[in-house]
Amino acid sequence: MYKILSKRRLSAQICEYVVEAPEVARAAKVGQFIVLRLHEKGERIPLTIVEADPVTGGVTIVVQEVGKSTREMGDHFHAGESVLDFVGPLGVPSEIENYGTVICVGGGLGIAPLYPIACALREAGNTVIGIIGARTRDLLFYMDRMEDACDEIHVMTDDGSIGRKGFTSDPLREILSSDRPTDRVWAIGPAIMMKVCAEVTREFAVPTTVSLNSIMIDGTGMCGGCRVEVGREAKFACVDGPEFDGHEVNFDLLMARQQFYVEEERCALDRYLKSQSKGVEQ
Amino acid sequence: MIQKHETPMRQQDPKVRIGNFGEVPLGYAEEEAVREAERCLQCPNAPCVEGCPVRIDVPLFIKHIKNRCFAEAIATIKEENSLPAVCGRVCPQENQCQGVCTLGERFEPVAIGKLERFCADWEAEHGCISTEIQTDTGYRIAIIGAGPAGLTAAGELRKLGHDVTIFELLHVAGGVLMYGIPEFRLPKEIVKREISALERTGIKIKVNKVIGQIYTVDDFLVRDYDAVFIGTGAGLPRFLGIPGENLNGVYSANEFLTRTNLMRAFRFPEYDTPIKVGRRTITVGGGNVAMDSARTALRLGAKESIIVYRRSEQELPARREEVEHAKEEGIEFRLLTNPTRIISENGYLKEMECIRMKLGEPDESGRRRPIPTPDSEFTIEMDTVVVAIGNNPHPLVPRTTKGLDLNRWGNIVADSKTGQTSKEGVFAGGDIVTGAATVIEAMGAGKRAAVAIDRYLKTKR
Ligand SMILES: Cc1cc2nc3c(=O)[nH]c(=O)nc-3n(C[C@H](O)[C@H](O)[C@H](O)COP(=O)(O)OP(=O)(O)OC[C@H]3O[C@@H](n4cnc5c(N)ncnc54)[C@H](O)[C@@H]3O)c2cc1C
Ligand SMILES: Cc1cc2nc3c(=O)[nH]c(=O)nc-3n(C[C@H](O)[C@H](O)[C@H](O)COP(=O)(O)OP(=O)(O)OC[C@H]3O[C@@H](n4cnc5c(N)ncnc54)[C@H](O)[C@@H]3O)c2cc1C
Ligand code: SF4
Ligand code: SF4
Ligand code: FES
Repeated sequence: MYKILSKRRLSAQICEYVVEAPEVARAAKVGQFIVLRLHEKGERIPLTIVEADPVTGGVTIVVQEVGKSTREMGDHFHAGESVLDFVGPLGVPSEIENYGTVICVGGGLGIAPLYPIACALREAGNTVIGIIGARTRDLLFYMDRMEDACDEIHVMTDDGSIGRKGFTSDPLREILSSDRPTDRVWAIGPAIMMKVCAEVTREFAVPTTVSLNSIMIDGTGMCGGCRVEVGREAKFACVDGPEFDGHEVNFDLLMARQQFYVEEERCALDRYLKSQSKGVEQ
Repeated sequence: MIQKHETPMRQQDPKVRIGNFGEVPLGYAEEEAVREAERCLQCPNAPCVEGCPVRIDVPLFIKHIKNRCFAEAIATIKEENSLPAVCGRVCPQENQCQGVCTLGERFEPVAIGKLERFCADWEAEHGCISTEIQTDTGYRIAIIGAGPAGLTAAGELRKLGHDVTIFELLHVAGGVLMYGIPEFRLPKEIVKREISALERTGIKIKVNKVIGQIYTVDDFLVRDYDAVFIGTGAGLPRFLGIPGENLNGVYSANEFLTRTNLMRAFRFPEYDTPIKVGRRTITVGGGNVAMDSARTALRLGAKESIIVYRRSEQELPARREEVEHAKEEGIEFRLLTNPTRIISENGYLKEMECIRMKLGEPDESGRRRPIPTPDSEFTIEMDTVVVAIGNNPHPLVPRTTKGLDLNRWGNIVADSKTGQTSKEGVFAGGDIVTGAATVIEAMGAGKRAAVAIDRYLKTKR
């Protein structure tokens, strides 16, 4: 059992948790993830490590409530309580170097995994330009943290409720088109956002790293369920990634594979919501 | 007069069992076990003992059954084998103890595996035989991987009085026994029962520990441990490398079986992990893993389940009993057939293009090499595919351990008698050394390594 040391709601659908896992905290590196399981009947869900404190043994994760398991976590797993399994660190760490100037693009929940990368890049001596975006103001989180982590920040919302109206790829294109040199781009967010960003950076031939969130089970290379195509070759996102060269990734395949269980996911969520409303009536 | 045929074991009717995940063979009653035990000739040279990788005293335990001394029978087995309920069920006995049974020269061999299973189940019902543990030596050993190899090495080392800790990456111990072999062949309660018995002897099992990521073998050696045993198995699924293999609906056998067995997707939505099986499933391969996948597909609701295998029936590497059970359940075998392409339409799998094969000269494995027949392509309609063509060694530990010699397939090189690797204090055994093999061979390797580790600790300054 792994105790939840603290929990903080960042938006209507997003919570930040600090979970006590000293061995994970000691070994964790930027860009790696964990797999957790809430209870005996739970599925194994992969989540990125946002921060790890070897002193307190706390591992910070940020969870967006998109389906049954993440909803259940948000509704029922509070500070002081425990999750059954918490395993990591998994995956290959980010390649942090002094590249020069790096643009870090984070969309939606992708801002959580992007934040530690931006910090590490800055520490390695890079000039870091942050571009963060969400559908609307209420969904945007970590704005203050990203402001601290980056030398410059651009905020975008689809509806213009905060920052500029538009997509994260807009300022990306503007900066790349300007005469400021950019040495590298990190783009993390929904598959479609990463695809669009990678298409933009391809035009300017700027190397681009993306982080792929394919459906996983074990997260350790044993099932092949997470496979993605990179440079026409099958790779396992959990052990060969999750970060890959964005110009080589077959995003259409990634998106198709993410959709494979939509019916089952809907069924699980409906069943869960029904059980919750019954619980209230009783 | 000796009974010519083995005493049959009652089993679930095929028509009924394809609708559930309950165990297929139901076990012997005492009378049946005694009747089968009476068939044993008590050969003085006992070839069956040689045929068993852990060298159980087969004639002796069978004699105890015949005399209705069941406690003595299980005690005899447990001297050599700490997982009898598992081996009795899944050993490929026809290639091992039963393959060399003297009685088999004229009649059916003694059903040694079924008798072993009987004894283990008898013990579960009648209370357990306690294991003798020697006084503590103070030596500490880290075991990586809680599959049959690691569990056996741990059990043997504990008996010798050492302090043993197992590190396992999944959330449960058991390795393939838990995530691979299906419930209907090896109920998970039985695996858990055998593992609890080991834990009661004082072995510590730490789950959720991915060695190579959280600690390395060198960390162990430098810090707290006097020796390390690596039993991390062959868990990396192989794919065919044909077009269409990454489409939705194409599973590796590992994913298909892990979702079902470990994550219990057959009870979705009560359990959270889903699995999706259409009307017609094709499983590619001919080993135990393929049989397990094809039979699992039926139980998950497929109306038709087809096995596509590139050699002929004779070369099927699966246990005989599994092939028979698969046939009884209506699994269709398309032999001398090899897939060349997987085709989808509107995002759904549609058909598999295959080519006909014929058999040529024997290859390195001693089996006749399959050769494609030019221009013989044809298609089979389907909506789910399971690729069960074998596994490669799990790379995490080999990749992160300095000074460990590997062969060209990535298996750890270890002495076959001792499990000693190229690195001092580090031993290895099971599928990580041999490539995918059997439960009992992995256990044999774990046991031999335990003896060698004990010797190493005592000679170490
Ligand atoms: C390497 C990696 C890092 C991730 N990091 C984070 C993170 O830091 N914060 C966060 O909120 N989410 C993260 N995710 C996604 C998160 O794992 C899924 O949102 C979660 O598993 C959904 O579970 P659910 O039951 O609530 O939703 P479901 O109803 O199961 O699914 C809803 C959506 O989530 C996707 N999904 C479902 N199961 C998985 C799975 N096992 N793995 C990946 N995606 C899945 C589906 O494609 C679907 O679009 C990460 C995924 C990966 C692979
Ligand atoms: C579906 C299927 C059916 C089979 N049927 C039969 C059968 O009927 N009869 C038979 O005799 N054999 C059968 N086999 C083969 C048999 O199960 C294996 O040969 C045997 O389990 C090998 O044992 P092992 O201990 O070497 O490895 P495994 O059982 O694979 O165990 C290795 C363990 O190590 C863990 N591990 C791996 N890497 C790490 C790491 N980095 N850190 C921590 N832990 C790690 C794994 O999670 C796993 O638990 C079957 C195999 C499969 C897949
Ligand atoms: S362990 Fe396996 S090989 Fe040995 S006697 Fe038992 S069934 Fe036969
Ligand atoms: S070889 Fe067969 S008949 Fe002879 S002792 Fe062994 S089991 Fe009995
Ligand atoms: S999640 Fe199983 S191999 Fe990547």
